Amino acid sequence: MKKSTKTLFNIIAVSIILAILIFLEMNKRKFSYDISIIERSMIYAVAAVAMNLTNGFTGLFSLGQAGFMAIGAYTVALLTIPVEARAGVFYVTGMNEFLSKIELPFIPALLLGGLFAAILAGLIGIPVLRLKSDYLAIATLGFSEIIRSIIASPQLNMITNGSYGLKKIPRFSSIFVPIALCCLCILIIVLLINSSYGRAFKAIREDETAAEAMGINLFKHKLTSFMISSFFTGVAGGLLASYMGTIDSGTFKITLTYDILLIVVLGGMGSVTGSILGSFLVTAGREWLRFFDQPLKVGNWQVPLFRTGFRMVVFSVLLMVVVLFYSKGLMGSKEFSWEGLVRFFKNLFTRKQKLNGGVSNGK
Amino acid sequence: MLKINHLKVSYGGIKALNDISFEVPAGKIVTLIGANGAGKSTTLRSIIGLVKTDSGEILYNDTNIVGLPTNKIVGQGIALVPEGRRTFPDMTVLENLKIGAYLRTDKSQIQEDIDWIYSIFPRLKERHWQQAGTLSGGEQQMLAVGRALMSRPKLMMMDEPSLGLAPIVVQEIFSIIRKINQDGVTILLIEQNANMALRTADFGYVLATGHITMHGTGKELLENEEIRAAYLGKKKKK
Repeated sequence: MKKSTKTLFNIIAVSIILAILIFLEMNKRKFSYDISIIERSMIYAVAAVAMNLTNGFTGLFSLGQAGFMAIGAYTVALLTIPVEARAGVFYVTGMNEFLSKIELPFIPALLLGGLFAAILAGLIGIPVLRLKSDYLAIATLGFSEIIRSIIASPQLNMITNGSYGLKKIPRFSSIFVPIALCCLCILIIVLLINSSYGRAFKAIREDETAAEAMGINLFKHKLTSFMISSFFTGVAGGLLASYMGTIDSGTFKITLTYDILLIVVLGGMGSVTGSILGSFLVTAGREWLRFFDQPLKVGNWQVPLFRTGFRMVVFSVLLMVVVLFYSKGLMGSKEFSWEGLVRFFKNLFTRKQKLNGGVSNGK
Repeated sequence: MLKINHLKVSYGGIKALNDISFEVPAGKIVTLIGANGAGKSTTLRSIIGLVKTDSGEILYNDTNIVGLPTNKIVGQGIALVPEGRRTFPDMTVLENLKIGAYLRTDKSQIQEDIDWIYSIFPRLKERHWQQAGTLSGGEQQMLAVGRALMSRPKLMMMDEPSLGLAPIVVQEIFSIIRKINQDGVTILLIEQNANMALRTADFGYVLATGHITMHGTGKELLENEEIRAAYLGKKKKK
């Protein structure tokens, strides 16, 4: 495919997406449900791409996502809840004197949230990154639970409002704010992956000893990857806080980490576009399958399985099917390209032809 | 250029290297030969800082490099072609070469060097977009050598470059080693294929169970009766 055709396709794709977004923004009321799905997918995509940076590209199996998202989310929430609303939020114990007067605009708060997550990642990374594979996963998992417990502890009532959670977090003013921020985050990570740093990360993933023999400082690079990933995970957490409007420590349970892990594995370890695709499929898929939760009647017969919770069963079965047929995730370690898309449809078409041919021969 | 003095290395009580000393003069090809477990790989790994030494010195251009981190040692111009090639299988040939130049900052020079590598190994140029894992054994060895050369080393250490390769490919690899040496790179070569190694090398050292038992020019060692018996499979003349 020629470069000019690709550029043309890119322009067309971007303008179609923009047109859809503008249309949704103009009919906010009517499409609030679809908008919320898109926003959540994009936020999860940032967290998934950040997780892919450590797990897929650097080969560090870390499971601390929920903890770092909690740090980002609480930072953003605490700094952006309007001062006059704070007494209502901290109705039990009141808010810490010093903290209750600080209010920041959304973007600086978001950056600060990411920064706190990165600093903490640096601190725990120094001892923990000496571990490998499963042990690293267990250590980061434990860390994430510790963060959650600390946030929920009554001793921190004056700061995090303990187990009561935080509410009245200002929401996004339009759909463009989260989408633009998410695209920016993903773009930065992509640029990093394609830089010489990204190459070094991949080399560490493939063969640590060989990478070290090439003069790559293993520890420094692992720490860098871990901190940058945590920064963007924190940012995703901050976006999630603003998206949800209310958060509590239960939001950041281990299941959140598993959701992100699911997206990364489904999309393909080591594929950024795979993570984005996975994020939309998982988030939107769960919503689309909601009709399984409603009772269904065929004629007079009540279909027995259709009740609350059945959706998750179907979802899990679908996941198993996908993983069976795409053992390396939907995209493997490849990235989206127009050629790939064309090839995909061509293959689909030729395979069908072959099948048809096989049937007629059999007659 | 490189001088090893009384180097001792042990792995948890087991002595891998027991007081070895040897020298690699600038511009030459030096080979260490020996059987499995003689300590050949350990020697290379301790020079580049992947293994901790117990005692002894490793002098590179008259400064002791023992205890320096690997990235500093590589930065000073020592490169390692590891045993079993160890290319990065899921990265393309070109990416593998670029990783070799990781510590360098001179971008324009790097592109020139990639062309230089392609001129030594035209096969790599043909396959520059392929993933390294899909190359044949010989091609992967070429890539491993090319990758090491990308750091513009003054001293290149090679750990068994002939391992698992067909004889004709081994011939090719050794002729390339000679060519690289003529381009001004000093070479420290480890081999089990004593015949090829001694033919190629200017000097040779024989390593057995952590000791250097013999040394001399490549030619001398090739003609030595004991070596012929032990490593070349030829019977002693009666």
